Amino acid sequence: MSSTAKKKGFGATIWDYLTTVDHKKIAILYLLAGTLFFVIGGIEAMLIRIQLAKPDNDFVSAGLFNEIITMHGTTMIFLAAMPLLFAFMNAVVPLQIGARDVAFPFLNSLGFWLFFWGGIFLNLSWFLGGAPDAGWTSYASLSLASAGHGIDFYAVGLQIAGAGTLISGINFIVTIVNMRAPGMTFMRMPLMTWTTFIASALILFAFPPLTIGLFFLIFDRMFGSNFFDHTMGGNTIIWEHLFWIFGHPEVYILVLPAFGIYSEIIPVFARKRLFGYSSMVFATILIGFLGFMVWAHHMFTVGLGATANAIFAIATMAIAVPTGMKVFNWLCTMWGGSIKVTTPMLYALGFIPSFVAGGVTGVMQAAAPVDYQLHDSYFIVAHFHYVIVGGIVLALLAATHFYWPIMFNRMLNETLGKITFVFFFIGFHLTFFIQHFLGLMGMPRRVFTYLPNQGLDTFNLISTVGAFFMAIGVILLVINVIITSIKGQPCGRDPWGDGRTLEWAIPQPIPFYNFKQTPLVRGLDTFWIEKMEGNKEGMSYAEPISDIHMPNNSFIPFVMVIGLFVAGFGALYNQDADKPWSLVALIVGLAITLGAMIVRSLKDDLGYHIHKEDLLNDKGGNE
Amino acid sequence: MMKGLKKWRLFALLTALIVFLSGCGKNYLSTLTPAGEVGREQHNLLLLATAIMTLVILVVVVIYVLAIIKFRRKKVGENVIPKQVEGSTTLEVLWTVIPIILLLILAVPTVALTYKFADTKAMDAKDADGKAKAVTVNVTAKLYWWQFEYPNEGIVTSQELVVPTGEKVYFNLKSGDVKHSFWIPTIGGKMDTNVENINKFYLEFDKESKDLETGVFYGKCAELCGPSHALMDFKVKTLSKADFNNWVSEMKASKNHVASGDLEKQGEDIFKTSCITCHAVSGDGKGTGIAPNLATFGDRNRVAGVLDHNKKEIKKWINDPQSVKPGNTMPQPEKINNGKKFSDQELDALAAYLMGLSVEK
Repeated sequence: MSSTAKKKGFGATIWDYLTTVDHKKIAILYLLAGTLFFVIGGIEAMLIRIQLAKPDNDFVSAGLFNEIITMHGTTMIFLAAMPLLFAFMNAVVPLQIGARDVAFPFLNSLGFWLFFWGGIFLNLSWFLGGAPDAGWTSYASLSLASAGHGIDFYAVGLQIAGAGTLISGINFIVTIVNMRAPGMTFMRMPLMTWTTFIASALILFAFPPLTIGLFFLIFDRMFGSNFFDHTMGGNTIIWEHLFWIFGHPEVYILVLPAFGIYSEIIPVFARKRLFGYSSMVFATILIGFLGFMVWAHHMFTVGLGATANAIFAIATMAIAVPTGMKVFNWLCTMWGGSIKVTTPMLYALGFIPSFVAGGVTGVMQAAAPVDYQLHDSYFIVAHFHYVIVGGIVLALLAATHFYWPIMFNRMLNETLGKITFVFFFIGFHLTFFIQHFLGLMGMPRRVFTYLPNQGLDTFNLISTVGAFFMAIGVILLVINVIITSIKGQPCGRDPWGDGRTLEWAIPQPIPFYNFKQTPLVRGLDTFWIEKMEGNKEGMSYAEPISDIHMPNNSFIPFVMVIGLFVAGFGALYNQDADKPWSLVALIVGLAITLGAMIVRSLKDDLGYHIHKEDLLNDKGGNE
Repeated sequence: MMKGLKKWRLFALLTALIVFLSGCGKNYLSTLTPAGEVGREQHNLLLLATAIMTLVILVVVVIYVLAIIKFRRKKVGENVIPKQVEGSTTLEVLWTVIPIILLLILAVPTVALTYKFADTKAMDAKDADGKAKAVTVNVTAKLYWWQFEYPNEGIVTSQELVVPTGEKVYFNLKSGDVKHSFWIPTIGGKMDTNVENINKFYLEFDKESKDLETGVFYGKCAELCGPSHALMDFKVKTLSKADFNNWVSEMKASKNHVASGDLEKQGEDIFKTSCITCHAVSGDGKGTGIAPNLATFGDRNRVAGVLDHNKKEIKKWINDPQSVKPGNTMPQPEKINNGKKFSDQELDALAAYLMGLSVEK
C-alpha cells in the first residue's frame, strides 16, 4: 500500500501486520478479514436464493440448507458487518478525536486476532463434519438436539470472536473518554465518534449475556450440564431471553455506527453543518438506551402473556421516535445545502428511503397482534434485510468509498462506484421488497423449499433475480478495489474538497504517529472552521513539537489467540470417546494463552520515543 | 434521458401489475384473505399500521425529493457556501410530537387486541351437566407431524385438524421434542409450541373449507425445527357444527373399523405386524404422541403432509420415508420388515388398507 511497505520484503510486511498495534493497520486487517467473510456469507446467500428460485428445488438438500442459512446469518452479523464497522471505527475515530492511537493498542491487536481466529474456527466446521444448523439464533431445544459438532463450532467460535468484540468495545470507550485532543469536548465530537462511543457502550452491556448463554450451551453440549434440558429441570426459554438481550442491542451496535457514517457523509457533500447536532447526539443515546428495553418483541409468540407483550410492544414503538428524529435531521441537513452526488453520497441518498422502509415495517411488527402473523414469516426476513442491508451494508459500501483516501491515500473510481451502486441498489430492492408479500401470503422463513401452486412461485423467482444483481454489484466493487490498488494515484489531503472533521486535515499519507503535534480543537467541524478562516495547515496546535511516545509491536496477541484456538478444539472434541487427545489440546491451548499472558504481565514493554529531531526532518505527507 | 425514464416507468408498471395480478395470495394460505375473526382483526390492525406508515413514508419522500431537486450543486452554484444552520427547536419538537401521536393511534388497538387474544378463560367453562361448552384441541407438535387431541370429546386425530365453524376453538399447544410453532395463516396468528410449558390461545373459523380450491386450509410449522421444517405442514378442515358433531361420533365409532376385500385384509395383516406398534387406527381415546393416528387417513388431503393423496405416493412414502422428509422418525421399511423392503404387492395392500381408513366415506 504505502511506499514504505514496498521497500520491505513480503515476509517482513506479513510479520509487520501480524505484530502491529497501529490502529490504521489493524483497520486494514479488519477490512480484509471482514471482506473475506462478507464474500463467504454472500456466496451462502446466493446458494439460498438459487435453492428457493423454484418450488420443489433440489439444488441443496434439506439439512445442508439449514447449515447454509445458519452460517449466512452468523457470518454476516458477527464476522462481516461488525468487523467491517470496526475497520472504519479503527481507521477514523482516533484521527477524528486527535489521538495518536487507541488507548490500548495491544488490546486492539488482541481483539482483532480473537475475532479472526474465532471466525476461522466457526468456518472450519464446513470441513470437519458439518456446519451448525439451528439458525443464527440457535434456539436451545433444537441446538441441543442437533447431531454432530456443528453447534459446538458455533458456540466456541462465537465465544472466541465475542471476546474480541468485547475487548474492542472497551478499548473504544476508554479511547473516546480519555484520548480526545484539547478542545474536543463531548459536544464537539463528530457523530462517527459519538455513535462509536454509544455502540461500544452497548457492546459492553450486550455481549456478556451472549457470553453467558454460549457458556451454558457449551456446558450443556460438551460437559453434561442441563441449563436448557427441560427433562432435567432446565428451560429453553432462558436461552431465548439471553440471546435476544444480546441480539436486539446487537442490531443497534451495528446500525448506530452506520448512522455515524451517514452523519459524516451527508454534511460533507451537502457542504452544510449537520442539522440539529445536539438532538442527533441525544437520539443516539436514547436509541442505545431503549435498545435494551425491547428484546422480548422477538418473542411475542413464545407465550409470555398479554402484559409482557403489551409492554414490549409499546417500548418498541417508542424507538421509532428518536430514529425518526435522525431521519428528519439528515433531510434538513441536505435542505438548503449544496448537494454533490458522489458515490458515498449516492449510497447515503439510497439509504434514507431504504432504511425508512425497514423502520416502518419494524413498527408494524411492534404491534404484537400483527406480529403473531408476521413473526417467523418471510415478512421478517424482508424487514431485517431492509434494516441490515439498507442501513448497514449501504453504510459500509459508502464508507469504503468515503474513507478509502484516509486508509490508502487513493480514491476508488467514481464512475465504477456509481455503476456498482445502481446494480446493488436495484438488486437489493428487487430481492427483498417482494419478500414482504411472500410472508403475508403465508410463507414461513427458514424453509428449504415450498410446494408449487401455493401462489409463491413468481415472487420467489423475482427475489432470486434481485440477488444476482446484488452479486454483480459486489463483484464490480472488488474490481474497483483491484484497479485502484494497481493504477490509483496518491490523492493527498482532503480529496473530497469539503472535509469538515479532523481526519481530513492530516497530511497524506498519514504518518504512523498520526499527529506531529496534538491539535487544538476549536469547535464542531474543526477542519471546516480552520478552512473558513483561511488556515492552510488545517489545524491549530495544542503543543510544540516534542518527543512522541509510541508502543512496540507485539506478537503476543497472536500467540494468546492461537492458544485459545487450540483449546477450542480440545473443548469441542472432549465429548468424543475416540479422541483422547482432546484433553491434551485443551490443556496445552490454555497453557499457551496463560503463558503468553504471564509473559505480557512480567516483561516490561515501555515502548519507544520518536525524537523531536526526527519529527522535524519528517515532512509527513506529500504536500 | 426521457427514453430511459419511459422504460423505467414501463418497468414499474409491469412490477405493479404482477403484484396486482397475484393479488393477495391463495385464500387457503394467505394472511391477506382472513377467514376468521382473529385473522380479520389482525388484518385490520395490519392495514391501520400500513396506512400510518405509508403516511410517514410519503412525508419523508416528499421532503427528500424536493431537497435533492432544489439543492443540487449544479443548481446552487459550484462555489456557494451554504448557510451553516445549527438546527431548529421548533422542528425538533414537531418531529418528536407528531410521531408520538401517530404511534399512540397504533398503540391503543395494539394493547387492546393483545389482551383480547390472550383471553382463554372461557376454555374451562362448563354447562349445567358439567360438560365443557367450548371445543378444545390439545395440539402436540412432533418432528414433522402434528397430533390433535380433543379431550372433551375423547377422540384424537393427526395431520388434519377438524374444527367447527362459527365458534371459538381453544388450543393447548405443546411440543413433544424440539420447539415448533403452530400457524394457520388464513385463520390467525401463530403461537409457539414450547417444550416445557403449555401455551393457550383461541382461533375462530368462519368459512367451511369444502368451498376452497384445495378443500382445506393450510397450516404450517413456523419455527425452525430441523431438516424437514419446511415440510411440517398440516391441514385444517372446517365443518358446520352439525357436521362436526357427526364427525366426532364417526371418530368414536372408528374403533370398530373392519377392512373389506382381500387386498385390504392383506394390508391390515401387514399393518398389524409391522406398523401397529406406533400407529393407532382408531380415533377413539387419547393420543399416544408416538406416531400419527391414522383413523382418518383415507379422508386426508395429503400423504405425510406434503405428498399428493393417492396410492402411488403412499407407496413412495412407506418405501422410503427419509427421501421424502429427511430426518423424520418413521423407520425405513427394512427396520420393521425383517431387514427387507416391502414388495410392490405388499405396498399395494398397505396402500389399499390405509385408503380404506375413513370416517367420512
